[in-house]
Amino acid sequence: MLAMNYRGPYRVRADHKPDPVIEHPGDAIVRVTRACICGSDLHLYHGLVPDTRVGTTFGHEFVGIVEEVGSAVTKLKVGDHVLVPFNVFCGSCFFCQRELYGNCHNTNPQASAVGGIYGYSHTAGGYDGGQAEFVRVPMADVGPTVIPPDLHEDDAVLLTDALPTGYQAAEMGDIAEGDTVVVFGAGPVGIFAAKSAWLMGAGRVIVVDHVEYRLDFVRRYAQCEVINFREVDDMALHIKKMTDWLGADVCIDAVGCEAAGNAMQTITGPYTLMQAGSATVLHWCINSVRKGGNVSIVGVYGPTFNAVPIGNALNKGLTLRMNQASVKRHLPRLIEHIQAGRIDPKQIITHRVPLEEVADAYHIFSSKLDNCIKTVLIPPSARQTRAVAATALN
Amino acid sequence: MNHTHDHEHDHKHAHEHAHEHGRNDLAVFQHGRPPVDRSAIQGWGADLDRKNRPAYPMERMPQRLDAPLTQPDPQAQHVEVLVSPERPHMTPLFGSPQPPSGLSGVLRRAAFKTTENDIRHWLLLLLADRVNVVEGLAEDLARGHVPNIFAEMGIKAEWEHNRMGLVKKAAVVAAVAGVGYYLLKRRNDH
Repeated sequence: MLAMNYRGPYRVRADHKPDPVIEHPGDAIVRVTRACICGSDLHLYHGLVPDTRVGTTFGHEFVGIVEEVGSAVTKLKVGDHVLVPFNVFCGSCFFCQRELYGNCHNTNPQASAVGGIYGYSHTAGGYDGGQAEFVRVPMADVGPTVIPPDLHEDDAVLLTDALPTGYQAAEMGDIAEGDTVVVFGAGPVGIFAAKSAWLMGAGRVIVVDHVEYRLDFVRRYAQCEVINFREVDDMALHIKKMTDWLGADVCIDAVGCEAAGNAMQTITGPYTLMQAGSATVLHWCINSVRKGGNVSIVGVYGPTFNAVPIGNALNKGLTLRMNQASVKRHLPRLIEHIQAGRIDPKQIITHRVPLEEVADAYHIFSSKLDNCIKTVLIPPSARQTRAVAATALN
Repeated sequence: MNHTHDHEHDHKHAHEHAHEHGRNDLAVFQHGRPPVDRSAIQGWGADLDRKNRPAYPMERMPQRLDAPLTQPDPQAQHVEVLVSPERPHMTPLFGSPQPPSGLSGVLRRAAFKTTENDIRHWLLLLLADRVNVVEGLAEDLARGHVPNIFAEMGIKAEWEHNRMGLVKKAAVVAAVAGVGYYLLKRRNDH
């Protein structure tokens, strides 16, 4: 099969690899029809996540058709069109029983701090991801969700991570009616966090980034106020001025370990790995939120240490919440929102690229070229299927 | 999909909203917020009631998912899988591609002798990743494939969408190389 192949920092290519096989009676093999590149894939692409092995296939946002099922699979059938949450989870462990599917204890022997994630390094279980023609999906009766017939495939693929993660970011902020919410990062997750803040009754939503086209997009798509942090002297001071000197009620970190905006953080973080990436946005969140406010973190950080102003958080009496999104938990409500027209996720997709051009797709997304917001990779087998279907219709 | 539920909620919300009008005015006064036309924002307040939010409460027991509450059968292990000392039992499910090999494998095995709580664990893994990149190049060459590193870095996209940037980078690299060559040559001439 054709699959994305990681060769080292900033280097990927499409290669032929062996097809995945059923390795456990609960597995399925899914033929991928759409796979996204996620902002957090860029942390892998830039070589910041430990135990990212050469030869790995990334891709934790994908949808496809069930091609084969293991002997223990009873609910999922060959031919089902499914969206697959990015978490690999069992549904039965201590954490899954509490609906913490992002923290499953049965799918990752290589680290205790994180559950299994498709295509997200051996630190997240060593599973190959969905930027390929086929992918192994463990616990097929538990993870995948059959896509309702009225749900567009492009909406479905955004339900595998980006939308639920943005939604969970807003939810962890515990937004109350009229709250001022500041979202740091105008990537897909930040955009969806901003949309979700409105769903939860925010009175004011402000999005911070430094890329003008992304700010233009979020202003239009999510009807938010925006701040280009390159144009303000001090982020926390600016937010305080905007909020009558109190600070925001809720701050959301939708950036993670590669935040720009502070030279010292960039040097000690991504450049020299003296800390696990730059903690710039964590500083901004903690210092911009009001006393007693909530900070919600969904931006990905590496497992080593970061310099974080925890003393300020203590003195301000903040609530900090963070997690990988437990996607499956959010799906029923988010599907309702899409079907009711409250949110139209597919509008953020700006690029549809053949899997063969994966290197260019990563570079465009990573370097923010061509006004890229979200990229979808389409494997050759999916394109052939569509061509056959079109011929049959004619 | 639960239309009835939504309808009820929207109705309840509109009702609450009318009652809380005064409170919102106070919020504007206190917080310097410009008024927002909520009716212009699609779906505003649909999940205002926390009970409509899927992750309320934080940990929900029992889960709503209809999943078996039995430990999955163990997956057969055909390749070496490293196991964190902080969860010393093999999990029933794991990924099997790219088992540890070569010098990077030696480093990874050494890393897994320390816990996730120990910074050496992560630093050794990062070192192993860098060694693995060189191994990857050697592996490509050994099977007769000369990797097109520029293509792997997306130079085609850079040419199409950031031509000036690419030209500048090339000029800087050429200038640095030229100065380096000149300095070396001058040193050798002496």
